[in-house]
Amino acid sequence: MTSWVLALFAFAAFFAGYRFYSKYLAEQVFRLDPDFTTPAHRFNDGIDFVPTNRFVLWGHHFTSVAGAAPIVGPAIAMIWGWGPALAWVLVGTVFIAGIHDFGTLWASARNRGVSMGAIARNVISPRAFNLFLLIIFFLMLMVNAVFAVIIGTLFTNFPASVIPYWMQIPIALTIGWLIYRRGVGVLWPALIGLLLLLALVGVGAAVPVSLPASIGGLPDVAWWTAIMLAYGALASRLPVWLLLQPRDFMNAHLLFIGLILIYLGVFVGRPEIVAPIYNTALPPDTPPLLPLLFVTIACGAISGFHGLVSSGTTSKQINRETDARFIGYLGSTGEGLLAVAAILACAAGFATFDAWSVHYESWAHASSSGIAAFVSGAGSFMGHLGLPVTLGTTFVSMMVVCFAATSLDTSMRLQRFVLAELGRQYRVPVLANINFTTALVFVLCVTLAFFADPERPGQGGMILWPLFGTTNQLTAALSLLILTLIFWYTKRPYLLTLIPFLFVATVTTWAMFINVGNYLAQGNLLLTGIGGLLLALNIWLILEGVAAIRRPRQADDVLESG
Amino acid sequence: MSSNPAEQVRRFAAHIARFYESAYSAPYRRHQRRAQRRQEDLFRLLVMSEALGVPNPASFYTLELLPFLLEDFHAWHLRMGLEHSPVDGFRCC
Repeated sequence: MTSWVLALFAFAAFFAGYRFYSKYLAEQVFRLDPDFTTPAHRFNDGIDFVPTNRFVLWGHHFTSVAGAAPIVGPAIAMIWGWGPALAWVLVGTVFIAGIHDFGTLWASARNRGVSMGAIARNVISPRAFNLFLLIIFFLMLMVNAVFAVIIGTLFTNFPASVIPYWMQIPIALTIGWLIYRRGVGVLWPALIGLLLLLALVGVGAAVPVSLPASIGGLPDVAWWTAIMLAYGALASRLPVWLLLQPRDFMNAHLLFIGLILIYLGVFVGRPEIVAPIYNTALPPDTPPLLPLLFVTIACGAISGFHGLVSSGTTSKQINRETDARFIGYLGSTGEGLLAVAAILACAAGFATFDAWSVHYESWAHASSSGIAAFVSGAGSFMGHLGLPVTLGTTFVSMMVVCFAATSLDTSMRLQRFVLAELGRQYRVPVLANINFTTALVFVLCVTLAFFADPERPGQGGMILWPLFGTTNQLTAALSLLILTLIFWYTKRPYLLTLIPFLFVATVTTWAMFINVGNYLAQGNLLLTGIGGLLLALNIWLILEGVAAIRRPRQADDVLESG
Repeated sequence: MSSNPAEQVRRFAAHIARFYESAYSAPYRRHQRRAQRRQEDLFRLLVMSEALGVPNPASFYTLELLPFLLEDFHAWHLRMGLEHSPVDGFRCC
């Protein structure tokens, strides 16, 4: 089987999903009203609530939700073969992520632009809001630890990415300074910065930078992990206009350039798939496909983080309610495309089955080097376009590092806000101190990254991936539960979200039991504690939701009629 | 509508530049405007401190700035959680 057929099939599935299913959702389920006064118009304050062009808003939404996670998950899940991974990404994106992202955006726009946590307070109970905050706190904690380890792994495996990545920072700082301090227009600094960054890919490939294999008894990956967490903490304290904004803008370009080059490479080179459709010779340490596949691939199929973005910022800027279909559904489809690109790169980016098997010789190895498989595979696709493979792999590794680093400092920033909110809820005033919370977040992340796998301090963060995926899916399940309750109260076809909710909640809880059991068997008390706590929160919140069905609520209580 | 190709190209370039500006600023607009408003609110508080009963050694200079800040005064005291004007003799609502 050649890869381009699969790519074409995925395009067709996503197109059909958007053309038919999202149209049905828009007209029959959400009943979008072009005359509904969206929060952006109703509360237009020029700050949070601003009506925004739907293409701009889609770009903002998509680049906020797409990052390293939809690449890492499929790259690890390839161990079971490309068939299950592709099937889950396609079905998950079209039937679950689409309605989840679209629905959370719609529900928030119909609830004065408030977040899903605040809607949970209204639809389920005030306690649900606090539980939601706690789950988000743990989600962010794992994002930080995992992404720092991913970057450390990439820097070690692809030392050519070190110079382009670190040089992106002064380039971004210069762009931010030019635009906000010198009043220069956006177009030229951004384009010149992007060209400089692409030129640095060549410099990085010519001058790879590595740390010594071991410093003070700690391996290089551990040092890179610590450096990245320290960097994330410092970057999260800088004004957003100085670093995060220009870097995000360059990353958005990298994302689109990367996606186009990968798919062009697939269609031009038509590489053969060497990975098995279903891996019957699984390494002995591989966990069962059911349910672990569904939490290993979280972003790319269904991700709770999308609901947080949809209801956090996007819903406050939506110009017309009918734009929700384009922004919400196509946002999830864009991430699905990224996940499919990752599957193709890991399935067809290798010359032989033996070369593929090296990356997937064990679950532990797949977890730590799945991302390297993606980088090598996607780099080889770019080789079909006439680009030297070294440059291709450097470009892709830099792209993934840039995504992960941006997610890292954004997540550290968000975690600070979550801590401040928890401090307000539980009356702990010290959590309102920014310096204290930054230091606390740093210490917690280092603790998790270094002690998650006590046998491999600083490099075993990938042991957290299933737990991260489970927490992310749990957040998605909660959003689906809230949507189901809204449909129930407003007499809409609630089975469309109830079935995905039951599926996601079941596999999440099941996977969480397996994870906690594994951590317990390994004697890993830290992860047993975190996993057990999340499992308890999960069950508690689902029970709160089930109890909410019996509380009488009118349609107007959960949805604004316009 | 001009049919001059050069004019059309110029318009198209301006459209792209506007789209870029918008795509660049939209994701972080709220952070920046909120920070800007916080600074302006603090500045307004300093300028109006004498009227609010807080001695201000620079009031001779800040008095001159007062008229420029009155336009947003009503929105400001609402933002500060004060239902009515806190300044005696100046009733905006």
